[in-house]
Amino acid sequence: MSFSVANVRKDFPIFERTIRDGKRLVYLDSGATAQKPWAVINAESDFYSKHNAAVHRGAHQLAEEATDAYEGARAIVAEFIGANENEIIFTKNATESLNLVAYAMGNADKGNRFALNSDDSIVVTEMEHHANLIPWQQLAKRTGAALSWFKVTEGSRLDLSNINQVITSNTKVVAVTHQSNVLGTINPLEAIVARAHEVGAVVVLDACQSVPHMKVDVTELGVDFLAFSGHKAVGPTGVGVLWGKPELLDALPPFLTGGSMVSSVTMTDATWADVPQKFEAGVPNMAQAVGLGAALNYLSTIGMDAIREHEISLTEYALEKMLAIPGIRIIGPQNNVSRGATIAFTIEDIHPHDVGQFVDSQGVAVRTGHHCAWPLAKCMNVPATTRASFYLYNDEQDVDALVEAVVGAQKYFGRF
Amino acid sequence: MQLDSLYQEVILDHYKHPQHKGLSPIFTAQVHHVNTSCGDEITLNLNIENNVITSLTWDGQGCSISQASVSMLSDLLIEKSLEEADVIAKSFSQLMASKGTSDGDPEILEDAVAFAGVSKFPGRVKCALLGWMAFKDAAIQSQGESK
Repeated sequence: MSFSVANVRKDFPIFERTIRDGKRLVYLDSGATAQKPWAVINAESDFYSKHNAAVHRGAHQLAEEATDAYEGARAIVAEFIGANENEIIFTKNATESLNLVAYAMGNADKGNRFALNSDDSIVVTEMEHHANLIPWQQLAKRTGAALSWFKVTEGSRLDLSNINQVITSNTKVVAVTHQSNVLGTINPLEAIVARAHEVGAVVVLDACQSVPHMKVDVTELGVDFLAFSGHKAVGPTGVGVLWGKPELLDALPPFLTGGSMVSSVTMTDATWADVPQKFEAGVPNMAQAVGLGAALNYLSTIGMDAIREHEISLTEYALEKMLAIPGIRIIGPQNNVSRGATIAFTIEDIHPHDVGQFVDSQGVAVRTGHHCAWPLAKCMNVPATTRASFYLYNDEQDVDALVEAVVGAQKYFGRF
Repeated sequence: MQLDSLYQEVILDHYKHPQHKGLSPIFTAQVHHVNTSCGDEITLNLNIENNVITSLTWDGQGCSISQASVSMLSDLLIEKSLEEADVIAKSFSQLMASKGTSDGDPEILEDAVAFAGVSKFPGRVKCALLGWMAFKDAAIQSQGESK
């Protein structure tokens, strides 16, 4: 099953505009944020123009409609990742989702299964985005727990050869990314989940780069918590998701406290509402959650398997074309095995910021820098890289435009 | 091409042939500045004697704009008094804030007026200012030392 990229592009109004003096927009920065289809823009707009009211409060029709729309979005998210509605928590983004788990664990009293002390360890990987590194690094500092990590091999894969020494009987948490936002590497979760569960640790999965691009089923993966952002999945900014196994969410203390997350309150004490309300303090980002529901429905209509298939074949094409550029170094797997459509690279000694600037002048939007994975850049021995990330609205013509622009940058900066 | 207003020949020339690169062991202040969004780094050693910049050396890695800017800065500021350097640094900051509306004062900035085009690219202004921020920091530290 496949789809027409040309038809998909018609759903995204941004592709109607040109950039840098009339050039066609070649948007290769979906790893940072995806463009939005009309379905999402209209859903968010409709919420404000027709149904706006504070959810879960108010004895009026608008409040009912708003609550229905918001809870309807929760049901869509749940179905999208193979979960139940009461396991879905709306946050502002994946960063908040991951911080929620880390801070909530830090709030756990002695005796709670999540309480950490200096006998415990937290495991991360060298390829984590800062959002799935720093919350754990800081939790380790606050609790005295040890922080250890899986290293990245020269082939840009996780080095699991010492898995039994990294994940030990002291390990309480293993935080890992499903797909690296820099390398594109898709990690083998089966071995990690099996070892973590063998020692009683929970697995927290950063699924920011996977949920928008492939079919993800939380039961099949076997992880314990999963986080992703709406805006990378053609949804609005300001909404993210945390999924957790229900018994774990029950045991986890709250992170943010305040309105709507309580069951009872006195001047000196409070008890908590059931999950998910326990983790959704305050009036949430309602229009954005509704927009995310529309986004996931949009992706489902096209089909996640079709999107993954499209990205595999586009990556195949891009790797072949890019590896043919003299002086290029791809920072990530050179082959198309267990790999997403994210390709980071360096080109001779031209600084990525300069490469990015030149390709932008040709209408090609890429990201440059360390991509919020500074330790990974250090480990790959590059100060920064240029990153092209592809999505359902990109095609081979976009790859050709990138390659042409990169070759152009070589000529441009080779002039002196 | 608009890009040529950003990448002036003189800028690319400084990038390719950086001036005063390589840290001198003699300094009254050493600073290390990083552009956290792109990882560009500059270490700058400043030596001040009798209120005059007698040596300004640096080392670093980064894009052409950040590296050329600190190279040109070193050319401009060596043998200037701190007061003269301050005038030049202020003039450069104003040029960077001009959003393409200023050509810069060649009497003060000399070759550094070539950075006028950078002010049209908001994403690159920080690159051009990295070395200048490092210098300001080092000058303050040097003055603190001498008091």
